[in-house]
Amino acid sequence: MLHIINKSPYDRPALDSVLATGEGAILLIEDGVYAAAKGGAEESKIKGAMGKFKFYALTVDLEARGIADRVMDGITVVDYAGFVDLVADNKTCQSWL
Amino acid sequence: MTTKKFMMVNRKAPYGTIYAWEALEVVLIAAAFEQDVSLAFLDDGVYQLKKGHQTKGIEVKAFEKTWGALEDYDVTKLYVAQESLAERGLTADDLAVPVEVLSRADIGKLMEEQDVLLSF
Repeated sequence: MLHIINKSPYDRPALDSVLATGEGAILLIEDGVYAAAKGGAEESKIKGAMGKFKFYALTVDLEARGIADRVMDGITVVDYAGFVDLVADNKTCQSWL
Repeated sequence: MTTKKFMMVNRKAPYGTIYAWEALEVVLIAAAFEQDVSLAFLDDGVYQLKKGHQTKGIEVKAFEKTWGALEDYDVTKLYVAQESLAERGLTADDLAVPVEVLSRADIGKLMEEQDVLLSF
């Protein structure tokens, strides 16, 4: 399952809710990309979940927020075509609004 | 005209919602009426000031230039919560304009001094 998160982890608990589901792929878009930035209080939580989840983040949203140069290791950066591939490659996807 | 002390309290990340832009609109309106305007950035609001926004890909206007222009409207009081920066792995060096970094408690004291507080 592909989980799509568009909320900042510092503002809403969407990421926590997804991590609690167990395993899968997580695509961070819009304000969700703040979870991908190094150095924040959420970093260890994501690092700890990397064994169970594969993490992706959308390039244009990272660039817009000025954090494309501080994406943590282990997170794959994708463009819109990559976004489409992820949706196509996963049997189901869920947007956590 | 009576001058009042206005503080716009920014707590939302840019671009994901319209709040940050709306706050800026109100800042410019208040400044046009020659009010005593300050801005406080707390929680995800500190992300509005992060430098290096490249918004071409999402096709919206970036904030960075607008922060620099606030000085032309005599809006120079930008307060940023130290705790909010630290939680997000940011420092004042990561921000697009000079700001005053204060503790949340000190920003709280400044809030007490205002006539009008508008939250975004």
